Amino acid sequence: MRRLTPYLLALPSWMWLGIFLVVPMAAMASVSLQTGNAIDGFAMTFSVSNYGDALGRYSTQLLRSLLYGGLATVAMLVIGYPVAYWIAFKGGTRKSVYLFLLLLPFFVSFVLRTISWNFLLSDNGILFGTLKGWGLLPADFHVLATTFAVVGGLTYNFLPFMILPIYVALERVDPRVVEAAQDLYATRAAAFRRVVLPLSLPGVFAGVLMTFVPATADPINAQILGGTANTMIGNIIQTEYLTNLNYPTASALSFTLMAVLLVGIFIYARALGTENVLEAAAR
Amino acid sequence: MRGTRLGDRLLQLYTWIIIVWLSSPIAVMILFGFNDKKSKSNTSWQGFTLRWYAELFDISDLTVALRNSLVIAAVSTVITVVIGTMLGLALGRHRFRGKGLTNFLVFAAISTPELVMGASLLSLFVSGNVPRDANTIIVAHVLFSVSFVVVTVRARIVTLDPSLEEAARDLGATAWGTFRQVTLPSIMPGVMAGAMLSFALSIDDYVVTSFVNGSTVTFPLWIVGAVKTGIPPQVNVMGTLIFGIGVLIAIGNAVAARRRT
Amino acid sequence: MNHPMPRTRRDFFRAAGFSAAGLALAACGVQGQKAAPPKADAVKDFWAKQTKHGKVVFANWPEYMPEDQAPLKKFQQATGISYEYKEVIQENAEFFGKADPVLRAGQSLGYDIVVMTNGVQLQHMIELGYATPLDHAQLPNFEANAGQKYKERAYDPGNKYTVPYTSGVTGIAYNTKYVDDDITSIESLFDPKYKGRVGMMADAQEIGNFAMFALGIDPEKSTEADWKKAGEKLKAQRDAGIVRKYYDQSYIDAVAKGDVWISMAWSGDVFQRQLAGEPVKFVVPEEGGTIWTDNMLIPKNAANPVDALMLMDYLYQPVVAAELDEFIQYVTPVPAVQDLLREKAKTAKGKDKKALEEMVDSPLMFPTEADYAKLRNYTPLTTQQEQVFNPIFQSVTQA
Repeated sequence: MRRLTPYLLALPSWMWLGIFLVVPMAAMASVSLQTGNAIDGFAMTFSVSNYGDALGRYSTQLLRSLLYGGLATVAMLVIGYPVAYWIAFKGGTRKSVYLFLLLLPFFVSFVLRTISWNFLLSDNGILFGTLKGWGLLPADFHVLATTFAVVGGLTYNFLPFMILPIYVALERVDPRVVEAAQDLYATRAAAFRRVVLPLSLPGVFAGVLMTFVPATADPINAQILGGTANTMIGNIIQTEYLTNLNYPTASALSFTLMAVLLVGIFIYARALGTENVLEAAAR
Repeated sequence: MRGTRLGDRLLQLYTWIIIVWLSSPIAVMILFGFNDKKSKSNTSWQGFTLRWYAELFDISDLTVALRNSLVIAAVSTVITVVIGTMLGLALGRHRFRGKGLTNFLVFAAISTPELVMGASLLSLFVSGNVPRDANTIIVAHVLFSVSFVVVTVRARIVTLDPSLEEAARDLGATAWGTFRQVTLPSIMPGVMAGAMLSFALSIDDYVVTSFVNGSTVTFPLWIVGAVKTGIPPQVNVMGTLIFGIGVLIAIGNAVAARRRT
Repeated sequence: MNHPMPRTRRDFFRAAGFSAAGLALAACGVQGQKAAPPKADAVKDFWAKQTKHGKVVFANWPEYMPEDQAPLKKFQQATGISYEYKEVIQENAEFFGKADPVLRAGQSLGYDIVVMTNGVQLQHMIELGYATPLDHAQLPNFEANAGQKYKERAYDPGNKYTVPYTSGVTGIAYNTKYVDDDITSIESLFDPKYKGRVGMMADAQEIGNFAMFALGIDPEKSTEADWKKAGEKLKAQRDAGIVRKYYDQSYIDAVAKGDVWISMAWSGDVFQRQLAGEPVKFVVPEEGGTIWTDNMLIPKNAANPVDALMLMDYLYQPVVAAELDEFIQYVTPVPAVQDLLREKAKTAKGKDKKALEEMVDSPLMFPTEADYAKLRNYTPLTTQQEQVFNPIFQSVTQA
């Protein structure tokens, strides 16, 4: 019975992921190799060229998405790490309260949040209208419909996913280890750099994983906050799926995107020096 | 921990700034729940009123959508927490065949774009002749939430000293008893974090839900449908109430925490 | 942790093995389903077998029914048929994308009436046999009260599958606070004077039409060469930095706020903002505007087709149509509504009276013959043509 325990524990999740993730993915892989259209039907032709065509047409948007996703991830890291640090080491008994407050805005629909941003960042609205009135900004200054707005939106929407894993990793660090370092005459900065930071890297990795991927694939921020040169690969996939009903191209793009993301994650993991990436990812 | 008090204070201030920044659109949302608007759009301030609080449930479709969202979030969170914790335990504590594959699956669930997940699920349900309704939404929500719970629980479990559990068993506790009284309380912070995340993800989800909802409307779906023509203030009021309840729970937590020390 | 990688690789291949099995199953592909139009006898037989069930499920766009659902309640009182009203349609493409797999599998959508705009997706619905042919013997009010224009629509000759619900016009909206001139020409959308302040619609059919109007081309008669020229013009507009954003429906907020000064727009949206006192004006450009119609149809395998027909017909009674249009504020297919609203305005008071009078006189709700002469439908497209048309314009809006 003992030896069966892990299998029994894992079984429900296996079944769930197996039926609802693996099988549909396999079907999607199959569709990505077909040709045809929604009206006359699709047929399996093993046309690997679908991938080539899709990449050729949309490489700009794909690269742009990686760029935006990367920028947003870096921003989230820079912004979120100090927050995680402070809550983990200085939060005291109210740690969970701070975490809760961080997550709270996300109990409210993202549409409402984004619309509110749309309102706040309006060219002549509460924020910029006032600043323009005081002559602090030129009259045609605008944030909406720019790259900055899109990356800012991505950063805003996924920040908690960066903060939480880093917090979990930092919280495990015994403050006495840091004290020991300082007893050995390390400065506070050095103690951080050589003790705390390396210990937090698995959390950083998990945070990057949980933010870079959705940020790169997100269509909503570009749709609401972006301008004419901000279309991301998520928007393209959405259009191909829902407007053009071009399921083979859409499926090919989806797999390409996932493959690119996987490659990115593996490279990053190697750079971090993690041997078994998947183990680290799941940590 | 030694260090400058100024440095600590700055960090604390910074943390509060971030919390405020994250919440600022919520302030706008709350404010416009009091807007005495006359036209269909709710984007310019026209005066203060409390009437939307009185007329909160006037739009029956919206009320139904909100109720759907709450029920779905609750059910899917429970399922996610149960099966996710189980898997997290298995991955963190035991050795078994298929661990690598499981890690890969968990990773895959996180790295699948929502759009792709939604479209592939819809195809699956249709070819299986499964009607799309609240149940299929719950299935989808569990699917994308379970990885988060697994990751958080596993991270927690890995740090726990197994000798505690061994000791409990040596003292005659059953496996379930050991779990309930030793393991579970220790991993509870991880489980709660996963549960909160799972609930938030579910109540907020738009993309995947829009594929598998059939004719069941959830709160985010209803709102997106109303964006074009103007979001009624009742939506703001509901958002405010959800937010307010959350704040109350946080305050309650803080009070309880202070009592504990 | 000895040899972690080989173990992972082995498990990976095992997963691949399972996936291959799934692949094999899915390798059949998706069958096309182009349906031949049913013969008249088949239609008659179908309807002869149907009876009233006492229930109807109506799927519609948001804000297309008064909040108190009064017309539907009155329908229930008059006929005893209970109704369910669901505002679940937000985009034609998205709706079709979700309906297609369901109807293809021979299942029911769960709706008896759905409303779709006359465009490519509606065409697909008809082509694929997803729309139930209507029994006009059971639509007397439609026959009696619908405007002639609405009985002769090119996209559904003889109203075999659809009857109009409401129509709208795509023109230009501009914010009078920021735009001093009187806008009359479509060239204003391309004017460098408004650089960075112009909004265009992201929908390929909408933006395609406008580019063609600007080039003096009639979209209803356009060819592939025309579309390419239109694409070039739009590309030039974009590269010159004139367009701020390609919008779906959210342009109206941007115009009202002044983030955008001038934009492609739908008549009803602008009218509603005008009623609220916001500084927006609407104009149908001299070169032309687009008229579109949202149509009611009965999807295949609907559970209650007879009840659906009865509801569709009920909405064509002038009194009911007037009540609907007063709320929707788009163009009604029942011309008699204009007089009815005029009558109502006479006996109304205060704010209501003012609103009604504005409605009755508004060309946005009751276009004149001169207006209609300028209006064109979307470019008619076959499935093959769609695959050429869409990329031309998407490469501009989604670059």
